[in-house]
Amino acid sequence: MTFRRYLVLAVITITASCGDTFLSRGMKSLGPVSLAHPAALIHAIFSPWVAAGIVLLIGFFASYLTALSWADLTYVLPASSLGYVIMTLLARFWLHERVSPMRWLGVVFITAGVGFVTRGPSYTDHSAGHAQAAAVETPEEVRS
Amino acid sequence: MIVPHAILATTAMIAAVVVTATAGDILTASAMRQVGDLDVIRARSGIVGAAMAVVTNRRFGLGVFCLALSFFSLLFAFSHRDLSLIGPAATSLTFVTNALAAKWFLHEHVDHRRWTAAIFVCIGVALLAF
Repeated sequence: MTFRRYLVLAVITITASCGDTFLSRGMKSLGPVSLAHPAALIHAIFSPWVAAGIVLLIGFFASYLTALSWADLTYVLPASSLGYVIMTLLARFWLHERVSPMRWLGVVFITAGVGFVTRGPSYTDHSAGHAQAAAVETPEEVRS
Repeated sequence: MIVPHAILATTAMIAAVVVTATAGDILTASAMRQVGDLDVIRARSGIVGAAMAVVTNRRFGLGVFCLALSFFSLLFAFSHRDLSLIGPAATSLTFVTNALAAKWFLHEHVDHRRWTAAIFVCIGVALLAF
């Protein structure tokens, strides 16, 4: 893994958590939307917080696809789950929500899980055959 | 043994979200493996070329369709059951089913380190509901 690739994982984490938090902040400021008035949802899209949230989530999907083009799904998903931790921190310190001790314990578990997976290889090389499915560095990483 | 109807319905709703989300993730990951390293494609054909390589891939289209199904299954489940039950249950289970499906269908090398990570994140996400 190169520094640039860690940066892509960081972008996934930050855009996903900030995107969800922005959407939540925007929808809370607009109030409850009734299914009887779906036009209110269209109006919501153009509110600044919701629009910013959507832009961030588009950025999330683009960087998520980029990561999947050079790393395994079983590496990208846990490695980018640090977003839940950021979301909890944003909920506590920005949205001033109450975070229970059990949720903090959840944050510890997720952080430990991320620590486990990021210490290992990111990609399974299939060129050597399935029987010898060994996780190795890609040629670009070997060069760098 | 008689299983109450409500429990069966809840299980079916969570299963629908988990199965469609897993199918979406696996198909998308498989599509990106077919497409190849996007950094290399972008350097060769530009950002438009990279975007075209992704959106014209059939597996990518199927994956996005499954992810959309998962989203609507989630909305349907939210309209019948509490967010605090459906959200963490579906999200955390998807980490484990993705690890199993990635091993079977994508032939990824899921070693003890990745299993531990998937299970720790699964427990962590479930705890976030409390």
